[in-house]
Amino acid sequence: MKSPIPHSPAASPVSRRWFLEQCGVGVGSLALGALAARDNAAYGATTNEHPLAVQPPHYAPRAKRVIYLFQAGAPSHLDLYDYKAELADWSGKKPPAELLEGYRAAFIKPDSALLGPKYEFSRHGESGIEISNLLPYTASIVDKLCIVRSVSTTAVNHAPAQILMNTGTQIFGRPSFGAWSLYGLGSEATDLPGYVVLSSANGTSGGASNWGSGFLPTRFGGVPLRSSGDPILYLSNPKGVDARTQRASLDTLKRLNEQELARMGDPQIQARINAYELAYRMQTSGPELVDLTGESESTLKMYGLDPQQPKPGYAKNCLLARRLIERGVRFVQLFHEAWDHHGGLKAGLARRCGETDQASAALVTDLERRGLLEDTIVIWGGEFGRTPMVQGGGADGRDHHNRAFTMWFAGGGVKSGHVHGETDPFGFNVVRDEVPVADLHATLLHLLGMDHKKLTFRSSGLDMRLTGVQGELVPGIIA
Amino acid sequence: MQRFIRSRVQVFSTLVVLHGFAAGAALKGEEAVDYTRDIQPILADHCFECHGQDPSSREAELRLDQRTVAVAELNGDPAIVPGNAEKSGLIQRIESPDPDLQMPPPGHGHPLTEAERGLLRRWIEEGAEYRDHWAFVPPVKAGCPNGVHPIDFFVKRQLATTDLVPSPRADRATLLRRLSLDLVGLPPTPEQLDAFLADNSPDAYEKQVEGLLQSPQYGERWARWWLDAARYSDSDGYEKDLPRKQWPWRDWVIEALNDDLPYDRFVIEQLAGDLVPDAAQAEHVATGFLRNGMVNEEGAVIAEEFRMEGLIDRMDCLGKAVLGLTIACAQCHDHKYDPITTREYYQLMAYINNDYEAVSRVYGPGHQKTIESIEKDITAKESAIKQAAPDWEDKLATWIESQQKNLTQTKWHAATPTSAEVPDGICHPELLPDNSVLNLGFRPTSTRLTVLLESDQPNITGLRLCGLKHGDLIFGGPGRSYVGNFAISEIRVEGCSRDSDTYERIEVSSATADAASKNRLIDPYLRRNQEDSRMVGGADYLIDGLWETAWTPDRGPHFHNEPCEAVLQFKEAIQHDAGTKFRIVMEFRHGGNDAHGRKNNFIGRFRFDVTGQESPSAAAVTGDVRQALEKPAADRTADDNRKLLVTWALNDERTKSLANSIHKQWNRWPEGDSVLHLATRDGDDVRDTRILERGSWQSPGSEVQAGVPESLHPLSSDRQPPNRLTLARWLTDRESPTTARVAVNRIWQAYFGTGLVETTDDFGVRSALPSHPEMLDWLAVEFMQPSIPTGKQSEPWSLKHLHRVIVTSDTYQQSAVAAPEAVEIDPQNRLLARGPRFRVDAEMIRDIALAASGLLKDTVGGPSVFPPVPDGLFSLSFTAVDFWDTAKDDERYRRSLYVFRRRSMPDPVLASFDAPSGDAACVRRTYSNTPLAALTSLNATIFTEAAQAMALRLLSKASFNDRDRLIYGYRLCTSRKPIGEEVDALSDLLEATRARLAAGELTAAEIAFNSLTNPADLPPTASPNEAAAWTIVCRVLLNLDATLSKG
Repeated sequence: MKSPIPHSPAASPVSRRWFLEQCGVGVGSLALGALAARDNAAYGATTNEHPLAVQPPHYAPRAKRVIYLFQAGAPSHLDLYDYKAELADWSGKKPPAELLEGYRAAFIKPDSALLGPKYEFSRHGESGIEISNLLPYTASIVDKLCIVRSVSTTAVNHAPAQILMNTGTQIFGRPSFGAWSLYGLGSEATDLPGYVVLSSANGTSGGASNWGSGFLPTRFGGVPLRSSGDPILYLSNPKGVDARTQRASLDTLKRLNEQELARMGDPQIQARINAYELAYRMQTSGPELVDLTGESESTLKMYGLDPQQPKPGYAKNCLLARRLIERGVRFVQLFHEAWDHHGGLKAGLARRCGETDQASAALVTDLERRGLLEDTIVIWGGEFGRTPMVQGGGADGRDHHNRAFTMWFAGGGVKSGHVHGETDPFGFNVVRDEVPVADLHATLLHLLGMDHKKLTFRSSGLDMRLTGVQGELVPGIIA
Repeated sequence: MQRFIRSRVQVFSTLVVLHGFAAGAALKGEEAVDYTRDIQPILADHCFECHGQDPSSREAELRLDQRTVAVAELNGDPAIVPGNAEKSGLIQRIESPDPDLQMPPPGHGHPLTEAERGLLRRWIEEGAEYRDHWAFVPPVKAGCPNGVHPIDFFVKRQLATTDLVPSPRADRATLLRRLSLDLVGLPPTPEQLDAFLADNSPDAYEKQVEGLLQSPQYGERWARWWLDAARYSDSDGYEKDLPRKQWPWRDWVIEALNDDLPYDRFVIEQLAGDLVPDAAQAEHVATGFLRNGMVNEEGAVIAEEFRMEGLIDRMDCLGKAVLGLTIACAQCHDHKYDPITTREYYQLMAYINNDYEAVSRVYGPGHQKTIESIEKDITAKESAIKQAAPDWEDKLATWIESQQKNLTQTKWHAATPTSAEVPDGICHPELLPDNSVLNLGFRPTSTRLTVLLESDQPNITGLRLCGLKHGDLIFGGPGRSYVGNFAISEIRVEGCSRDSDTYERIEVSSATADAASKNRLIDPYLRRNQEDSRMVGGADYLIDGLWETAWTPDRGPHFHNEPCEAVLQFKEAIQHDAGTKFRIVMEFRHGGNDAHGRKNNFIGRFRFDVTGQESPSAAAVTGDVRQALEKPAADRTADDNRKLLVTWALNDERTKSLANSIHKQWNRWPEGDSVLHLATRDGDDVRDTRILERGSWQSPGSEVQAGVPESLHPLSSDRQPPNRLTLARWLTDRESPTTARVAVNRIWQAYFGTGLVETTDDFGVRSALPSHPEMLDWLAVEFMQPSIPTGKQSEPWSLKHLHRVIVTSDTYQQSAVAAPEAVEIDPQNRLLARGPRFRVDAEMIRDIALAASGLLKDTVGGPSVFPPVPDGLFSLSFTAVDFWDTAKDDERYRRSLYVFRRRSMPDPVLASFDAPSGDAACVRRTYSNTPLAALTSLNATIFTEAAQAMALRLLSKASFNDRDRLIYGYRLCTSRKPIGEEVDALSDLLEATRARLAAGELTAAEIAFNSLTNPADLPPTASPNEAAAWTIVCRVLLNLDATLSKG
């Protein structure tokens, strides 16, 4: 529905209004307000409307929300999701020369010896999909997953590759997938941010640009939910200011701002009055969000949390992701920067799977149980894969690998119990159904009801897209 | 309301006018179609992608961007038959119902609207005239009548065609606040307000303008304007995101603006200050502009990949900040809309592609004073040397001759490196054509560097390691530590015949070096713990078998960055008929506790030489002296001659102590600060520029020479060297169609919220048309050639002149009061029938709070300060933030310009109000209005502290009653006095809070004081309860829309 009108800064709201009315493009007056508010980039929200008001998609969506479990540092596809029996046979031998033509690893010499899988795999579920024995919980929900073994990227260093996976290009300063989603769809959560970021383990290599708004209006950027102190930054009143004083203060502020509005007639003042009221509501909804006392013991246990004392970390973040989604938040992104196993691969993988396997699976199960999975997309994956070649002397490490790696998806609009794509016997190159990052983004936007070629924002004279000048739908993963 | 609206029935025609500068579609029946306004935007949006100037994406050989091609016959009817729409292929295709014929193809971008099709049809009927894109035609001044301010003339002329009329002048208090925020970024003080309100002279306003323009805070306010475009940051970006010292460049900007350096010079010095005649430190610092981009030192990166990425970012920055053209997409393919080819993109890049990524020392006024005193003392001692040894000239000449002979006695032959690696490839040393090895990228703090070498020399008695300088290294190297030096803990030499692979240990009998530190404990910042007893010192440490000791050539201040050498003499000569292979293993175990490279002690560039002469040893003189000796006498600098004199003098009993005392002076040399800047590559390092296929750094294609795009103005002379200075002069040429317009437009945007051209970053064919084209051009020409008298002598390109012109217009001084109908007709105030009103920038929001509270510390310039950040924020950071020395004293109340900007972790206060991250050039901020921003100004530490301090400020007015204080406080924040209901609202809150404090429901000490303040700070007449009650009131005042907005 928004396709007839490009998101052009050249079209001022008024001209657009005129345009719509005079030219009979057929957009009702309700939608007009939304378009005007959204495109009014120079002034942000100047209307009565919520700054993240819900926007209609281009067409009927398959999913309404996203939970992206970003496994930063890049987990080894070869030891978790893409079993290569042949690789075990080749372990310790140099890879065939033709494999390495034009290849660039980050750290190692490309012709380093191959390293077999560190863990056994088994088949699970009705689909019989092979998964590493390190992932018993994920294995138990494998029939709900669409496992894509053929993702590829072009970056081989962490920061650029994370930025590429999140923004479509390794050049910093572009909007993230989450920001694009919010720009396109707004958020149903009226008193929480529309795009929430949670982090466990280390900070991410790509930093805040991973969830940045780039050239989009800043209100579309991700907002970190904190694991200690205020869940949202500056949510608490200053020391000594109790709820009653806060209410009295905001009432006074409102009285004064209404005076100013009457005097000046600037609609921005009304928007500010609204923002302070939203802030006040957020002061209630924020703590309520992170208060897990209403969660049953069995739920907490399912995520692997101690019911008496749920510790901050990945598992708690998974549960919070569900709570955020329940409250209408459009896009939740977890970062777990922990998978950069240049060395200590075997023990490292065990530890990281221990931290994440149960909760990731519990999240999918929990969403399904609550009827949320059918219109929520859950994404699991890192910024690239890891080499079948060994790194380091101890035969216990893998380097960065961009040509092939595995991600999985569950929920709204994606196939379940399905494997898409295939790599060669070394897990090195994709041999069938390669899914470059742009195709992934195009497909995910499609599932959210948006045409990646039409979700544009005019910046620097160009109608910028998440997918740049690329992006093809991947029908093979769509249910 | 009648004042603003003549009649509501004419709204339609107003909208047409408004629409005239938006995407073309609407015309009154009788008006002729205008190519620029009506047609080009349609063609650019819908057609040029496949029928524009990019041949690689061109379909059916049809170009619609050139009339000659569009009207030519191509397989049938021409696309355009002027005067005959029916016969025009273009019309047939856009009106075709057949999806196979229809243009644009169904599903391709956005379909044409009926109105757009109608316009194209009418345009062709009217003759299909093309016009050059307005922004590529140099601006000329349109005539305007005498006695009217030209801005007002242009604005009123356009308003006359609408239903809107100009607003009256804003009241004086509002006006002074607006002016003050615009010119210095701070609100006026109550005293300044009173003085202005009481000033009845006819030039009262102009006096305020001048006063503000002369204030040093003018430079601070407008520096931020430039820093956005320059993507300034205090950190490197990417994963490591280490801190950098780039504030000397920021200081340069502040000073340049305060001095009103003409804008052409402002641009020239930032692009090529180092190349202007008599360039001094300031001009070199200025070139930090392009170096403000990101630097990637993540493990295993290839420096060249991210250098190219950085270069593309520099092109983007130039395009947005100066040229007003988006050239970035031409890096992969010819621009689809604007007439810039890929070749032209790389030709433009060639001007800025021949530079070192330099980091140099910068000496501030304090340092310079020390240096002067050192110089003075040394000069005196030089004279004393000459007096003490009257025969010094002969003696020195003889000494020089003998030293030169010594240096050439040992013949050294470069060995050829075939590999240089560290374990795990955490960095990738680069083998240069001159047999040296260069380390860029990640900086390891503890590693082993293994180098394989080959030499044809038949007889090898020793090996020389030369530490070499390089322009890409910090301070030129030779190392990569804080001071640009290095320490090698141990070195092991192995060798074998070239036709063998069995390396054997080569025994080294002695190690000598031309320069070394005294044996001492490692620098404190490198110590891993209290007990760390690692040593650095002489070359013996290279071969003592201990990792705890290291050779460093660092002789201390003034000598950190000299070439150096260490010679390893072999116990037995090596002789292989087939030539010799070496494997050299160097241990670098003298870095600090840091996995991210800041505390490294790694080598930057080096080369290995071999010799066959007996008992080789290192040169007897240091690198600096050696360089002087190797030059012909005529080429020696004053410093060379001084080094020679002093070194000789050390060897003469009569002068030895004098020479020693000169060395003592050198040891006092200040370390200085530093800045990232550009320096031209020369000699063997000159770099050619190649077209990168698909923009990939790994696919360099054909070479290009520096040149400027054909569609823009030509170089003023084609005999100029292909360097940055030529580019800078071209950019600031009076003939440039965009440079002045872009600058004027962005300044206009700062005043009015929206530029005359809304797309500040893009003046290309897809840009928004100017709202007031003639005014934009008038201002651009006025900027380059000032003509209107402002009471001040105005140089061409004077920014202050431009500010004077704008702020003295009636248009600027209008009241911002907006009638509902006016908002309805012109919500963004593009027609300027009222004064500007919008939320101020992030930095100003914080600065207003600091100013109103009296906390503001207004010292100008210097290093960035670390603001308090909430707990846990650093956990979002990949790299440990061990450098965050939170400002504890009043430094934390410096202006926001000085708040440390870290790319991966933007300051949460400033980010809430849309401050850019520095990832890329930003010439137009967005303005959000979110609950998160509201929470920030309500609750962030800096605002809480401001409210508390403001309360004390009000209470310190001993003679004031409550009402006086409320009025004063309101004025501190908004510059105007509150009226009835406003005072009541605040009084109510004050009384209610007092009552609750008195009832013990609230704790005064918690509300009123923070970790830096306490009840002892209270004015004698005030109680903690009063401080608390007023803190609550001040918190509200600091959050008023009127406080946060410029109105």
